[in-house]
Amino acid sequence: MQNFDWAFVLGHMNYWLFIVLMMTGFYIVVAKGNLVKKIVGLNIFQVSVFMFYISVGKIEGGTAPIFPIDMNIDPTVAYSNPLPHVLILTAIVVGVATTSLGLALIVRIREEYGTIEEDELLKIEKELALQDLRAHSEVKAERVG
Amino acid sequence: MSTETVPHTAMTLVDHLPAIQVLLPFVMAPLVVVVGSRRLAWPLTFLASAAAFVVSILLLMQVIDGSIISYHMGGWAPPLGIEYRVDAANAFVLLLVTAMSTLVLLFARRSVEDEVSAKHHALFYTAFLLCLSGLLGVAITGDAFNIFVFLEISSLATYVLIAQGSERDKRALTASYDYLMMGTIGATFFVIGIGFLYMATGTLNLADIAGRIEDLGDNRTVRAGFAFIVVGIGLKVAMFPLHSWLPNAYTYAPSMVTAFLAATATKVAVYVLLRFVFSVFDPDFLFGTNTLAFIILPLAVVAMFSASFVAIFQSDLKRMLAYSSIAQIGYILLGIAFLSETGVTAAIVHLFNHGITKAALFMAVGAYVFSAKGTFYDTLQGMGRQMPLTSAAVVVGGLSLIGVPGTAGFISKWVLVEAALEKGWWPVALLIVLSSLLAVIYVWRVLEVLYMQPASESSTVREAPMSMVIPIWIGALACIYFGLDTDVTLTAARTAAQGLLAGSTGLH
Repeated sequence: MQNFDWAFVLGHMNYWLFIVLMMTGFYIVVAKGNLVKKIVGLNIFQVSVFMFYISVGKIEGGTAPIFPIDMNIDPTVAYSNPLPHVLILTAIVVGVATTSLGLALIVRIREEYGTIEEDELLKIEKELALQDLRAHSEVKAERVG
Repeated sequence: MSTETVPHTAMTLVDHLPAIQVLLPFVMAPLVVVVGSRRLAWPLTFLASAAAFVVSILLLMQVIDGSIISYHMGGWAPPLGIEYRVDAANAFVLLLVTAMSTLVLLFARRSVEDEVSAKHHALFYTAFLLCLSGLLGVAITGDAFNIFVFLEISSLATYVLIAQGSERDKRALTASYDYLMMGTIGATFFVIGIGFLYMATGTLNLADIAGRIEDLGDNRTVRAGFAFIVVGIGLKVAMFPLHSWLPNAYTYAPSMVTAFLAATATKVAVYVLLRFVFSVFDPDFLFGTNTLAFIILPLAVVAMFSASFVAIFQSDLKRMLAYSSIAQIGYILLGIAFLSETGVTAAIVHLFNHGITKAALFMAVGAYVFSAKGTFYDTLQGMGRQMPLTSAAVVVGGLSLIGVPGTAGFISKWVLVEAALEKGWWPVALLIVLSSLLAVIYVWRVLEVLYMQPASESSTVREAPMSMVIPIWIGALACIYFGLDTDVTLTAARTAAQGLLAGSTGLH
């Protein structure tokens, strides 16, 4: 562990937080059984990406990318990169659309199944699959024979 | 191969074709909602799709000789502006997508009337148009972030379309939800990958990224970007083992949706994978090459066998075909993993041929749903006599799935085996042939059900209406036609493969 570059590690705090948030969101999506909680996890996962993009756009000592109104641009002033912010605006819209569609699906699932817990849904679907199997496998062979 | 770029001052309508290609369905989508009429929804949708088909033919004619059209969206020159870029590879994909959407729409009219309640028709076709324009956008754009946006447009529309199957089986809802979860994770991974590439190169234009990556050399940021993009797109491609959303989504979606998705959605995702692996990352990019050889190739082989094996034990035709799709995607990925011109040609040809085959087969499934009210094997017993036309088309499609000479499936498998032998990987060639034997078993089971078993005596099932049978047969005849006349597909695929394998130089 010689020459461990603490300045580098701490200087990239945003990226560490990005990874922590991303893994938190991902864990919730995978581990939680409640469909709404999964959507929450997905949101955290997406937000981590927004943070990543915005961090990419930051330039050390850079200020907000707004030109002075008289357009007298001082070449010594560094500006942050605005492009990732714009991209992330688009990604946020996509995220909102995904969330609303996911929630709408959950409402419909709740109407049809009466539950939004994954383990119960799986139980119901297993039952349905067994019914299909019983109705469609052996029965007809007997009738034909 | 000439690589001169057609100059773009966009004066005439022809110059605007790349934009029109995407805008036609995109503008028609809200129009269908505004008109709001159930009766007009289908004709308007069909009109947009057919027009897009014509546009895609015109585009392919312009680029078949290896030239490239670069269209500057809004007149902003790349790399700052968004560029639409048409070359042989994506013109081919555009043609496949629009041809399949038009064909499936012909079929859809009766099928959708049967499976989706009338009050949803206008919105259903709107979602379909959005899905179509999203797929076209993914294929045509030359901007990395734009790919993500179009990918999400098509995906969101797809989730809606799949959920429409809930009127027949409520499991469509959970299938759609699962796909939404996995699809969003995939798209987000893709966006992270693009973020890494942007970090390393400072640009979003694919050609520009390619050029700068070359200068950067091997770089950990670029590697991370590559990994995220491959996994993200792998989810959309249904690359084994990221395929778990596919069987349920295909089984419970309305028939026309399944036919359309099976023929186009995964194929467009494969195209994006091709574009990134070969054009953006140099074919010499060692990390990428190793990923292909040591991860994608074995996974493709596992997919070919395991999915075919699972398909054998299905008792539902639609579900069986869904598993067969996963296996067939394995062949396509195998072709890509060969990293040779013949291999990529095989992948592109199979992408096309499998698209036609699966469209025909899933439309036939739709006809069974319409007439026989089910797709389980016991419901289909004896349908060879009761629905002779549909069942005969299933035979043709099934033979093409196996890869019997004289069908489209044979050509692509032939080229694939050729690519394997060219590399001297004869065990892989052997595996391709062996896995085709599994396809023989699952197709034979269907044929046995259709032709060898008697229908129940009380059965009054009749042939599906002509408006369904004709599109099915267009698909089936295309399977035969492209199995006999390989000129069109092979030439276009080879040009596309050369363009892709030229790496980033192919983009300049």
